[in-house]
Amino acid sequence: MKYVLFICTPADGEELSPEEIAEDPRFTSYIDEVRSRDIVKGGARLRPHTDATTVRVQGDEVLLSDGPFVESKEYVAGIDIIEVADLDEAIALASRHPAALGGGSVEVRPVWE
Amino acid sequence: MPDVEEAVTVAFREEWGQVVATLIRVTGDWDLAEECAQDAFAQALDRWRRDGVPRRPGAWLTTTARNRALDVLRREAVGAAKLREVAVLARDEPSYEPEDASGDGRGDDSGVQDDRLRLIFTCCHPALHIEARVALTLRTLAGLTTPEIARAFLVPEATMAQRLVRAKRKIRNAGIPYRVPPAHLLPERTTGVLGVIYLLFNEGYAATAGAELVRTNLCAEAIRLARVLARLMPDEPEVLGLLALLLLHDSRRHTRVDAAGDLVTLEDQDRTAWDRAEADEGTALLEAALRRGRPGPYQIQAAISACHTNAPTAEETDWADIAALYGELARFVPSAVVRLNRAVAVGMAEGTEAGLALVAELADEGDLAGYHLLPATRADLLRRSGRMDEAAEAYRRALELVENDAERRFLEKRLAECRSAWSRFVGGAKAPLRHWSR
Repeated sequence: MKYVLFICTPADGEELSPEEIAEDPRFTSYIDEVRSRDIVKGGARLRPHTDATTVRVQGDEVLLSDGPFVESKEYVAGIDIIEVADLDEAIALASRHPAALGGGSVEVRPVWE
Repeated sequence: MPDVEEAVTVAFREEWGQVVATLIRVTGDWDLAEECAQDAFAQALDRWRRDGVPRRPGAWLTTTARNRALDVLRREAVGAAKLREVAVLARDEPSYEPEDASGDGRGDDSGVQDDRLRLIFTCCHPALHIEARVALTLRTLAGLTTPEIARAFLVPEATMAQRLVRAKRKIRNAGIPYRVPPAHLLPERTTGVLGVIYLLFNEGYAATAGAELVRTNLCAEAIRLARVLARLMPDEPEVLGLLALLLLHDSRRHTRVDAAGDLVTLEDQDRTAWDRAEADEGTALLEAALRRGRPGPYQIQAAISACHTNAPTAEETDWADIAALYGELARFVPSAVVRLNRAVAVGMAEGTEAGLALVAELADEGDLAGYHLLPATRADLLRRSGRMDEAAEAYRRALELVENDAERRFLEKRLAECRSAWSRFVGGAKAPLRHWSR
């Protein structure tokens, strides 16, 4: 099955640069694991929620607002698309993600196929 | 032929979960599995009348249900691959065939047993909402109907039906595996299953009035499920511990409330009315579990329950043992409620002052703020030490927080007792007091 992991991080948490992440053992061990198992089918790290623009359409008018649609204490900081056998495997991987270990969370969403 | 009806009823209780479990594995379709199981039981009524009750009703029902599933799948022209799969599974399991009259039906059921375990673990998967786990367990494993489950949980039937539909959809769409978890997940998942069964039992145990009889039935269902689990996982001491705990609690269930529906405390209960056979079975199971040398929270709670159940009179209760057991339990379950229970036991074993000191400690920590049993416990210890005015004050505080009606009536009764004891005391002192006030 394919799942998307939404990597969620506290809105007031620290923001590591890509260089810092590349050297951070919490991340490198996770990245090494998913690379070696070839389960990540795609993904991206996202800029913080403060850089988001929310787009809505009413009639033929496009409405933009600064920031995320829903304000919350966490924001989606990245996604991984993974392919594993079942939800248990997806949960196992999600539970080892640095975000889940460090005060954030990982939402596991099955891909609709 | 009433015998046949009786046989079908018994088979339903004994075999429903197993038939559904096997059909889910074979078809991968929870709804179809339920439908076909239902159909097989309906057919049993007719066919058993005509042909007699088969030697192994479970095997007959499973085969009949599976054949029905094959028919449905064929009619729906489901992919040939799936049909082959079902047919192959049918061939691989000769022990299901009713014409296979060899053996006594025991010993070659390992595959079937695994199916029921698969079903238990899947129903209790932690990715499902706890309410969904409970509902699914009662529906698919215990065979309760949706209206029955709805009544037991005091929700409209449509709500319960929706809950079951959602749960099954999540299992399918989220890829929750239909299996007994692998070794590294097993301890944690087993704890989850035990939690669902215990919750079920407590739902029934909390029910008091006659109108809530449908809820008390949950106790019997929980015990039945715990028995199944204990048969399937005989080497897990906590599984035995849970069954022991349920039996020990249940042996005292009928004396917990009086005819008026009012709570009766353990010390006031009629011990001769306790179900001795149930208590003895629970005690024996507990001993068997403890012999394995791997204690856990259910075994310890069962041991506490056994201390109460096996004391010939309330006065002979071994409170020191109980206090020690609560101390042990707190190591596994670091909860303020466990420590509050320990405070009661310490108060009974070492004197009310020692108990009150522990209660004060818990009150200072604030974890139990708003929990009516904190002031109620304090009140009881004060009452026992004769400090009636302070006890009354604490009962009033507890009454502000209590939600359950039976408990409220109990606390009000206690408060009234404190007041009358206090007024007797003050009444006796009335004259001198007047003198002083002059």
